[in-house]
Amino acid sequence: MLAFAIRRLVQAVGVIVVVALISFALFRFVGDPINQLVGQDTTPAQRAELRKDLGLDDPVVVQFARFIVKATYLDFGISYQFKRPVSQIIAERMPATLELSILSAIFALVVGVPMGVYTGLYPASWLSRVFLAVSLLGVSLPTFLIGILLIFIFSVDLGLLPSFGRGDVVTVWGNWTTGLLTASGLKSLILPTITLGLFQMTLIMRLVRGEMLEVLRTDYIKFARARGLTRRAINFGHALKSTLVPVITITGLQLGSIFAFSIITETVFQWPGLGLLFLQAVQQVDIPIMAAYLMLVAVIFTVVNFTVDLLYVAVDPRIRIRGVKA
Amino acid sequence: MSELAAEADVAPAPRPAFRRFFDSDMFHSFIGSPVTVASAVITVLLVAGALAAPLIAPHNPFDPASLSITDSLLPPVWSHDGTSQYLLGTDDQGRDVLSTILYGMRISLSVGFASVLLAIAIGVPLGLIAGYAGGAVDAAIMRVADVQLTFPAILTALLIDGIARGIAGAQAYNDVVFSVLVLSIGLSFWVQYARTVRGSVLVEANKEYVLAARLIGLRPVAILFRHILPNVLGPVLVIATINLALAIITEATLSFLGVGVPPTQPSLGTLIRIGNDYLFSGEWWITMFPGITLAVLVLAVNLLGDWLRDALNPKLR
Amino acid sequence: MTPTLSVRNLRVEIPTRHGVLTAIDDLSFDIAPGEVLGVVGESGAGKSITGAAIIGLLEPPGRVAGGEIRLAGERVDNLAPAQMRRLRGRRIGMIFQDPLTSLDPLYRIGDQLVETILTHENIPAAAARDKAERLLNEVGIPAAGQRLASYPHQFSGGMRQRVVIALALAADPALVIADEPTTALDVSVQAQIIALIKRLCRERGAAVMLITHDMGVIAETADRVCVLYAGRLAEIGSVRDVVKRPQHPYTAGLMAAIPSLADDLGARLAQIPGSMPRLDAIPKGCAFHPRCEYAFDRCVAARPPLYRTAAGEAACFLHDPERAAPAPAEGAP
Repeated sequence: MLAFAIRRLVQAVGVIVVVALISFALFRFVGDPINQLVGQDTTPAQRAELRKDLGLDDPVVVQFARFIVKATYLDFGISYQFKRPVSQIIAERMPATLELSILSAIFALVVGVPMGVYTGLYPASWLSRVFLAVSLLGVSLPTFLIGILLIFIFSVDLGLLPSFGRGDVVTVWGNWTTGLLTASGLKSLILPTITLGLFQMTLIMRLVRGEMLEVLRTDYIKFARARGLTRRAINFGHALKSTLVPVITITGLQLGSIFAFSIITETVFQWPGLGLLFLQAVQQVDIPIMAAYLMLVAVIFTVVNFTVDLLYVAVDPRIRIRGVKA
Repeated sequence: MSELAAEADVAPAPRPAFRRFFDSDMFHSFIGSPVTVASAVITVLLVAGALAAPLIAPHNPFDPASLSITDSLLPPVWSHDGTSQYLLGTDDQGRDVLSTILYGMRISLSVGFASVLLAIAIGVPLGLIAGYAGGAVDAAIMRVADVQLTFPAILTALLIDGIARGIAGAQAYNDVVFSVLVLSIGLSFWVQYARTVRGSVLVEANKEYVLAARLIGLRPVAILFRHILPNVLGPVLVIATINLALAIITEATLSFLGVGVPPTQPSLGTLIRIGNDYLFSGEWWITMFPGITLAVLVLAVNLLGDWLRDALNPKLR
Repeated sequence: MTPTLSVRNLRVEIPTRHGVLTAIDDLSFDIAPGEVLGVVGESGAGKSITGAAIIGLLEPPGRVAGGEIRLAGERVDNLAPAQMRRLRGRRIGMIFQDPLTSLDPLYRIGDQLVETILTHENIPAAAARDKAERLLNEVGIPAAGQRLASYPHQFSGGMRQRVVIALALAADPALVIADEPTTALDVSVQAQIIALIKRLCRERGAAVMLITHDMGVIAETADRVCVLYAGRLAEIGSVRDVVKRPQHPYTAGLMAAIPSLADDLGARLAQIPGSMPRLDAIPKGCAFHPRCEYAFDRCVAARPPLYRTAAGEAACFLHDPERAAPAPAEGAP
């Protein structure tokens, strides 16, 4: 078990290093950092001066090492657009995205899992057909279209919910602002949460359903029936447990991606979070922000994956006791 | 042995391939599902419409000279101010929405198909190599795949787009934007093919027919392509259909975000973005019609992919 | 005495796109309390489907389309699902072929045993645990008390099958259906498991329906045997008689096909030519006639009913008492 954990940890670090490499390459080779930082009329001499100051003449390896060290201190330099430290900007926008992402993940799980279980247990019922139709829509409609549709129905037509922004936010701790404590904040959260979570919810639902159907066909379920176990014991004791084990891993991976999918939702709802920040950075070729965002996503993903792997091992006794094969 | 036994051993005459197709389980499951047939019909119609756009579209929205700004923001024909000249209304630049939808679908479909083909062209060979060669080659390819899986497709696509933009500069970027789009979307999807193919190769490579081929002395490339590949195509086809839907969505999303096709050649996503600004002021058609078209197209492709997956699934037969 | 299991004219149909397939056609047999009936036949003959039909676990769209199944005199084939559920485990137990896939890998076997016990008996949890330990002891698992906490994958194949037997017998069912219980096990273990099943059932007075394709197992274990062919009963009788003097040409073929150490070393293995017909291609008349060396014109025209024979009953016109021609010699190849 310990060997497995260490192996995964090493892999995780490896992934982060590779991403760091890509980020660094972005920094170094895409566009000219000097050009972004200075005005038109800086003399070549001043530019050369700046190059030396920023260490841009040092060997690449040294620069990469410096990059990594600064990254661990969360120092990604100055944003080309805003002329402020990148870490500051990210810290300001992080709470918005984090709140939205976590709420969407909860939404996706709380709605998706029961729907999946139901359609797996009673595939022929009319409610299952309704759920499946909804899931089809969820997978087929692009996220931005869902957002726009929701805005159209609830903001334009019915005027019930706001169509952009976070509403009133309350500063809870240091940099952290939350919209959960105000009425307008809560109302602003509803549509974006559904938009961001819908795709994930459908994926989870389909996954749970597929697993459930597979499990219900296994021999041990057949044997459980032959032993006369109650339907509840079979469906919720045995089938559900077997279904959820593989679902955990895949769900974990999906949830990690919610963070990145927030780019779209934040654009549709003008949500002042990291996704919108990244998009603007791409449009304006603001390399420092792009690089920092990449590193952030990589770290979050790896942490989520790592946690999920540990969870999986903890839950499945076959792996836990026998040891893990790579 | 009695004569009766001899009689029973004679096999029935083989039927022509034509009849075999129509009798096959796959065809029956296709015909038997009205939803699947409808999806197929719709997909064919939409593809035909896109292909025939230059012929059937009432206007050419990509030709700036043909646009007149005075015709902008006109509602669909059945509305109070609508005209039959612009059946589904116009956008803020005077572009006919119907024509733009038809031309836009061309972009969506061509970018979609091209990226899927690119993803297959990269993913399938890599998967074959990884599965067959094993060892360090396999490990290397899978590590790259792992790193890429860390990032969702949208992020990879945005990243490549941003890099291209940074390297090429705004002007040159517009010239190559379609290649960049196909590249960025295709590069985000190859991993799934590689993994699936690799998995299949690992299963097949241990089977007797491959061992036999190796004993005969067939070269690995020949074994890979003549024997293993045909067995692996089924899952690839299923992934490709579902991928196509995702590729179309990704292109639309990129265009919606403003980092896709240039504004002079709008795709469905661009139209939706333009229309988004006018939702509140009441010009809903600019967003809704392209939106519905996009949704229907993707839905149809997804349904076909679902049917294909069930039809090709050996466990369900 | 009422037989534990009484099957009369059972008919199982499977509706498909190509038509309705008859998987079991007019099958009748009894099993007395404490008796072991072997059900033997090739793959696809309908043995497992018969077992599934009796315990009410036919896979849809298969369904019982005719006949009666009685357990200790009461009909069970027409019960509502909830009533059937109460029978399963409590009065009919079933053992499946593959012990690895029969047990839920995520639960300890002690928990699975206790769960089964508590489903059928209203006793306190501690008593259930004791009973579970006793059951494990009975089926021959050493250190039973400690093994309660083990997971299925921590056992070997033979041990796992013992656990499966313990689970199937936990509520003392009157009828035990064992569907190929040793096919997935090593040969060395097979004999032990079969002996275990036989002993436990005899101790409990349970009737056993032993489904297998292995004639050798039948010869060792069963009291009576019924031979299935293409969903129909070919022959039924006491094991000794049927094995020594098979009356149906198919059974005779099966017995002859078993190689024996007494045979000439150079002699070819005897085979029955052809193969069992698929369910959608069952010949008219006697299902076996295309492969039968004794077939004559009546065999093509009509399906033979069961006739009394020296060994029991056989569905073959050769045994029609009104027939002029003599029956084949005893022990005919």
